[in-house]
Amino acid sequence: MKFGVIVFPGSNCDHDCYHIIKHVLNHDVEFIWHKQKQLNKFDAIIIPGGFSYGDDLRPGAIARFSPIMSQVVDYANQGGLLLGICNGFQVLLEMGLLPGAMRTNHKLKFICQYVNIRVENNATPFTRDCTPKHILRIPIAHMQGNYYVDLNTLHRMQAQNQIIFRYCSAEGKIDEAFNPNGSLDNIASISNAKGNVLGMMPHPERCTEDILNSTDGRLIFESIINWLTQRKSAAGNC
Amino acid sequence: MNQDIPITPELIAQHGLSPEEYQKIVSILGREPNYTELGIFSVMWSEHCSYKSSRSILKNLPTTGSCVVQGPGENAGVIDIGDGLVAVFKIESHNHPSFIEPYQGAATGVGGILRDIFTMGARPVALLNSLRFGNLDNPRNRYLFEHVVAGIAGYGNCMGVPTVGGEVYFDPTYDLNPLVNAFCLGVARRENIFLGQATGIGNPVIYVGSKTGRDGIHGATMASEEFDESSAERRPTVQVGDPFTEKLLLEACLELMKQDFLVGIQDLGAAGLTCSTAEMASRGGTGIEIDIAKVPLRELGMTPYEVMLSESQERMLLVADKGKEAEVAAIFDKWDLECVTIGRVIEEKNFRICQNGRLVADIPVNALTDEAPLYVRPRQEPAYLKHVKTTPEIAEPTDYAQLLLNILSLPTISSKEYVYRQYDHMVRTDTSLLPGAGASLIRLKDSKKALALSLDGNSGYCYLDPYTGGMLAVAEAARNLVCTGAKPLAVTNCLNFGNPEKPEAMWQFERAVQGIIDACKHFDTPVTGGNVSFYNETSGEGIYPTPVIGMVGLLDDVDNRVTPWFKQTGDLIVLLGKSKAEPGGSEYLKYKTGKTIGQLPEFSLKEEKAVQALCLRAIDQQLLQSAYDLSEGGLGVALVECCLINRDAVLGASVRLDSDLRPDIFLFNESASRIVVSIKSDQLSALEKLANEHDIPLSLLGEVIPEKVTIQGLLELSLDKLDRAWRESIPGWLDSSGK
Repeated sequence: MKFGVIVFPGSNCDHDCYHIIKHVLNHDVEFIWHKQKQLNKFDAIIIPGGFSYGDDLRPGAIARFSPIMSQVVDYANQGGLLLGICNGFQVLLEMGLLPGAMRTNHKLKFICQYVNIRVENNATPFTRDCTPKHILRIPIAHMQGNYYVDLNTLHRMQAQNQIIFRYCSAEGKIDEAFNPNGSLDNIASISNAKGNVLGMMPHPERCTEDILNSTDGRLIFESIINWLTQRKSAAGNC
Repeated sequence: MNQDIPITPELIAQHGLSPEEYQKIVSILGREPNYTELGIFSVMWSEHCSYKSSRSILKNLPTTGSCVVQGPGENAGVIDIGDGLVAVFKIESHNHPSFIEPYQGAATGVGGILRDIFTMGARPVALLNSLRFGNLDNPRNRYLFEHVVAGIAGYGNCMGVPTVGGEVYFDPTYDLNPLVNAFCLGVARRENIFLGQATGIGNPVIYVGSKTGRDGIHGATMASEEFDESSAERRPTVQVGDPFTEKLLLEACLELMKQDFLVGIQDLGAAGLTCSTAEMASRGGTGIEIDIAKVPLRELGMTPYEVMLSESQERMLLVADKGKEAEVAAIFDKWDLECVTIGRVIEEKNFRICQNGRLVADIPVNALTDEAPLYVRPRQEPAYLKHVKTTPEIAEPTDYAQLLLNILSLPTISSKEYVYRQYDHMVRTDTSLLPGAGASLIRLKDSKKALALSLDGNSGYCYLDPYTGGMLAVAEAARNLVCTGAKPLAVTNCLNFGNPEKPEAMWQFERAVQGIIDACKHFDTPVTGGNVSFYNETSGEGIYPTPVIGMVGLLDDVDNRVTPWFKQTGDLIVLLGKSKAEPGGSEYLKYKTGKTIGQLPEFSLKEEKAVQALCLRAIDQQLLQSAYDLSEGGLGVALVECCLINRDAVLGASVRLDSDLRPDIFLFNESASRIVVSIKSDQLSALEKLANEHDIPLSLLGEVIPEKVTIQGLLELSLDKLDRAWRESIPGWLDSSGK
């Protein structure tokens, strides 16, 4: 099983994603330099957090033009698992692989803190190890995480279970009081209709070891690994 | 050479050079300098670059010790932390630029200290900062505070280096002169350390990073002057930061350093190309010749003077092995950065600048560094000290609950969550103690170890007694580290003072540094570098003397770390150390009287060391559930913080004041050398035994309970109410600007 982590100029959570996959979960992982034109074979690709191209123009707006990205689009269209975290989520929106856009946080400040999110759909490759309505304690760190989409699209996404995580209280209550950034409908994460592309503002790679105050982020990486393992063994059986 | 602009006495004065200094230049050169050379001398001989007023005093700092790999004189200090690793760290001020343009001033302060660290070959792993502003009731101070914090966040966050801690104080002394001191820590393998040296005659001198513009010209000279009403006009001397380019520069430099053809490297900071070139040649015992026509420029028509004095950010100068220019260029090309060979190392110890083959400056290297002026400035004890040493009597309060809430909501004491929430403090996944908890802990992924970091200084103490204040800053920094279980190793300092040409300011400087010297010797924590910021005066009024100590310690096993918050109902709360009736200099007295006043608490280095040794032993024997040092606001504030710091699991405390002291004095005075700990109820006798062995008094204060804080006979407050007073104070000031 092999993970790829894309590195843009300005990516800064690339090493953290690499660390958790390689040293905490003991799986293969490789950096993918954004100027590469050819994409090797990967079982899952992560677009990490950071400030790709310094957030110039808009977060993620320039990264989508990097040479490797046309291959990444093909990879996603063929059903490959693609996880965008924080700036990676913003890149996915700019690429059009996910609907909607990010606005600046409603209080106009960068926010770094632990929040609670509730699993709204545990039937995706990224959340299969979570229980329904599972509450994860996980950090956010962003300036533009205030998700917006038009209402028609929102309703369609809701109908297709594309809302994956929402900000909530420690007990799982969804309320504006527990919305850190003004995000529409407390949305912290969405997927595409097929469920193989997921964007999330919180950082699962920052809470995978006891020393980091929470290990809830492991559930997301373990879900991916277990989903891939199951798919492989299913493929082997037929 | 270019002699177009005549050198007049007015021009010399504008460059901040005295007539005597100018005569010295003429005698060194054996001729009059030209305009470019005058500019070069003026920045290199400025207080900021030459340390001409402070060198004679700083030379007495202890700078050697078993852990020191690199002491002062390089871009940053280096200490050995075992396993073949070294910690690289330094603190620097960016006070003057931050006053003129707070966002960019603070941002480029962070950028500068980051470059100092990765120049040495270390990957930066943590940032801290020490900030001081005037009171928040003044809209100008709110503006400075908000924009300085945003500037630090904007730069550090983009770089992907976590900002994990520091300190923020508010006092009217900083009304027109905020302090912004930035600290950075990096980690490297010992054999991979690089120095800022130009060696190897004929080796290429290579310029990398951003293009050079007209920003920041004479920044170093600006930082060596007092301010007045017209200072805002100096906005063009503040540089503009580009953290994205710096992030690329960081990655490219670290990639370059894995190769074996890099000889020396130095960042372009204060005094830009001038300072980096001169310092590299000076350290290498060589000369450097550069052709400034080759320097990448972003503006047309820049003169040699402007190119040499520009302080454009995100630039580095390096010396590589001859013949390896293409390999160096390939690495910077990968990261889309400029990389141009602009000169070479020469045998003759001169700093020589050409422009398309025409000589524009030719100065002996030593003239700019070793031969810079050195002053032993006159010193005189300030007259105010006669009037501030008597601690005034204050009436005992009647409503203790309200008093505690009021003290908790003093901005200096209240929670700094508003600040650190804007900093990405978790990137790199090494932050083992979240901000707001005294010291910071950064784990080292390849071992069980962690580095403990702390920034401390109390300018009120230094105003009342600079010598004791200097010692206390070192003592508190060490105490903060010890509370986590870490052993203090070494120090970097940022010395923020007034105008050194005033004997009173120089006296304060000398006394405070003496305090630091004595304390660092006693704790065996050598000083590996630092920064002096003089001329912190606006319209003739100097700030309180403000030395800030950055200390680095080592925790052998991060799993044994101790945190400050209470852990469990039923645990006993115990105070280590002696409380005396000595409220002088305390925040409480300032709150009551509106003044920084009184005789400082008694302080003994021996007793301080014993308390710290006791704490470390107790942690070693796994006796402590929590440990937290007592500082501003004394015991009362520390107790509440131990209840509230861990926001997800707050706990209360029930306390009896078993003391002869008046309750308000016992609660809020700031007697030195004290630590509040919590222990499991069956460990009291073991801790008492240890305390006896260390000859440290121990008092049982009470126990950890749920939901509220009670102090028997005085007050009972819900955690909710305490939390609101403490946590919402600073946001409250900023939300309602009319307040």
